[in-house]
Amino acid sequence: MSPSPAPRTLLTLAVFAAALVFPFLASGYHLYQGAQVLILAIALLGLNLLTGFNGQISLGHGAFFAIGGYGAAILTAKLGVPYFVAIPLASLVCFGAGFLFGFPALRFGGLYLALATFALAVATPQILAYRGFDAWTGGSSGVSLMKPYAPFALPLTTDQWLYLVCLISAALLYFAARNLVVSRIGRALIALRDQPVAAETMGVNAALLKTTCFGMSALYAGVAGGLSALAVGFVSPESFGLALSLSFLVGIVVGGLASLGGVLFGALFIEFVPNLADQMSVTFGESAKALPGAIYGVLLILAMAVMPAGVAGALRAVVRRTVHSR
Amino acid sequence: MSRILEVRGLRAFYGPIQALFDLDFHVGEGGVSALLGANGAGKTTTLRALSGLIRRQGDIRLSGKPIGALSTEAIARLGVAHVPDGRGTFTDLTVEENLRLGAYVRSDRNAVRRDFDRMFDYFPRLAERRRQQAGTLSGGEQQMLAISRALLMRPALLMLDEPSFGLAPMVVAEIFRILAAINRDEGVSMLIVEQNASLALDLADHAVLIETGRAAMSGPSQTLRTDDAVRRAYLGY
Amino acid sequence: MNEFLHQLASGLALGGVYAIMALALVMIYQATQLVNFAQGEMAMFSTYFAWKLTDLGWPYWRAFMVTVVVSFLGGVAIERIVVRPFAKAPVLASVIVFIGLALIFNALAGWIYGYSVTDFPTPFDGPPWFGQRYMSAHESGSVLVSLCVLMLVYAFFRFTPLGLAMRAAAQNPTSSRLVGIRVGWMLAIGWGLAAAIGAIAGMMAAPIVYLDPNMMAGVLLYAFAGAVLGGIDNPFGAAFGGFAVGVLENLMGAYVVGSEVKLSVALAIIVGVLVWRPSGLFGRRLVARV
Repeated sequence: MSPSPAPRTLLTLAVFAAALVFPFLASGYHLYQGAQVLILAIALLGLNLLTGFNGQISLGHGAFFAIGGYGAAILTAKLGVPYFVAIPLASLVCFGAGFLFGFPALRFGGLYLALATFALAVATPQILAYRGFDAWTGGSSGVSLMKPYAPFALPLTTDQWLYLVCLISAALLYFAARNLVVSRIGRALIALRDQPVAAETMGVNAALLKTTCFGMSALYAGVAGGLSALAVGFVSPESFGLALSLSFLVGIVVGGLASLGGVLFGALFIEFVPNLADQMSVTFGESAKALPGAIYGVLLILAMAVMPAGVAGALRAVVRRTVHSR
Repeated sequence: MSRILEVRGLRAFYGPIQALFDLDFHVGEGGVSALLGANGAGKTTTLRALSGLIRRQGDIRLSGKPIGALSTEAIARLGVAHVPDGRGTFTDLTVEENLRLGAYVRSDRNAVRRDFDRMFDYFPRLAERRRQQAGTLSGGEQQMLAISRALLMRPALLMLDEPSFGLAPMVVAEIFRILAAINRDEGVSMLIVEQNASLALDLADHAVLIETGRAAMSGPSQTLRTDDAVRRAYLGY
Repeated sequence: MNEFLHQLASGLALGGVYAIMALALVMIYQATQLVNFAQGEMAMFSTYFAWKLTDLGWPYWRAFMVTVVVSFLGGVAIERIVVRPFAKAPVLASVIVFIGLALIFNALAGWIYGYSVTDFPTPFDGPPWFGQRYMSAHESGSVLVSLCVLMLVYAFFRFTPLGLAMRAAAQNPTSSRLVGIRVGWMLAIGWGLAAAIGAIAGMMAAPIVYLDPNMMAGVLLYAFAGAVLGGIDNPFGAAFGGFAVGVLENLMGAYVVGSEVKLSVALAIIVGVLVWRPSGLFGRRLVARV
């Protein structure tokens, strides 16, 4: 698979330690960005489980992110549910939604699923803004919510506490995903991706596994959405459009399909590269208001040209070569 | 006689795996050469290498012109017609459209029309099924279609991969009879890959026995036919 | 009743746009097994190009023709330069490349032409045709243009040697090479044709939906819905699907869900068709060979 267990565990611990220390070194916008990276990583974990490990392409995970976000917002702001209950509840709803969506998804393969989820992504903002749901969703103005205070009077700011909540969630969900992937179920998922017919003849219950996988990945996206709602302070229809779903896809491909560690790179990419594109476009002058998009597009294409298997794939190739040259 | 195809030191690869090891053989101008061997010996691989469908190295010359580095379509345009294993029919297109594709690179419209007629003379059943979807033809008819399509290219060299595969003996006999007629009357040189050694040796004047990617024996077909080892292993008596 | 016929008729106008976009999508899909997500943005960019020409004073049809030709050449160039290098890469890498392309075109259009919504001229001015009250002149003209495109493309593929070669290259690239067809160039021409068709779609849509950099996103989605409804492997089924989606969209928007959630209609169509009959109305049932 990849480097032997010991270096990987060390690496994971190192990353975790760095992430733990981060909120005490950074503040303000940087801290917010750090939290965003963790949130995106959670969403990418979910999508990678579905697309990377199980081969079901979803271009619509922004919808589950939205359900998580709106769910958490409505539960906390309108029903007074505490956030640490609201987010899991909302994510369970997402699991249900994903599980249900997984049933029709069984009938169509690759391309059709991609198209159906693409349509889901495009339709989501419209559905969220629908006047008929105004009472709950706040229509096009959305719903605001407050950042939670640190419990037990810990000496942490709300921003720091939020970051830590994201870190803890990300770590837990990462370990859950890792355990899933190396378990029998995980192997079954991978088998379904690579040789679906053969897998089924060996007793793998494809339908149940695939829909459950869909549900799981939706759950992850829901958790991410809920945390994001807390971090940003409000939810509104425009935040959950096609661009969001597409950025998730970009994230897992750039990070590396079927690489759980890679999602960190993917999250860093989709969080910072658009900003980078912004800064690069400034050098072109005032009229280049639109250019960030173009630069981002060029960077995407270059990234694929240089690392078609994502950062994780490129790293694996480097490791392979250094191991061989010994 | 001079040689339409001269191959020296042919090596072929499927990715990193080498499948052919320094193969030498030739096809005489107007002659027929046969590549014999068991399943998996490397016969189909040889044709694929000649057509440039897989990675190959070596000295391959068509009428003296080196073709070892050319693309598949360039080789086809130079006059090599390859009927692949499985026939390579365009199953969703009609018989007529399949044939028209054979003549795609030609510009001499009248000669093409005459050639169409000649193909239908050789294979009347194709004329009957002109507008039928090619995928609905029987195995034998698809083989006839594949050969006709190849001949419509007006090739200098016709390469056939297992023309007898999956066909009833009577149909096979008919096809080989027609192949012999085409070689005799039109002077089309042929390279035939066949598991059915007896049929191939009847048609060919030169034969090469391939075993696990190497040439085990080669020479005039008469020599191989009478060789004891070949007889026992491949002809069954 | 009048209102209903009016909705029906104007649904056909946009439906024609969806139909030819669906045709372009299916053409590329059949040849490459990839869906060009950038198709809409490319069409939008072509439409802006045409607008610029008319802005400079060019007569409409000349601008139209030049735009179509330039778009064709652009499509060929994009296939050769951007898409071809990823032919052997994993499928999702190509998808990311298409997303990148879409972003580039969208941003370039905004940068070069600005973001304000603009009027786009139509050659079909004047009173409605045949004195009827259901379709404006442009809507009738648009349907006519769509039908012409469909017929020309059909004739091209069915009756010309190049069209036959392109069909062959899409179905069986190896056998095509063996008869001397330059499969790579067939793909490039396919992209060129798709780009040209997209340009026509954009120029027909612009007078209706108004020209702005985001105008084609919704159109693309409806085109997908049409392609899925008709059958993703059947170009003319897909075109029929496009017309059907156009009419359905209008009728649903007017009578059922209101125009704010029309995109959800597209979603419902796609999911509904796929659940009921994944190969679409006219597509072939696919049997997986073990």
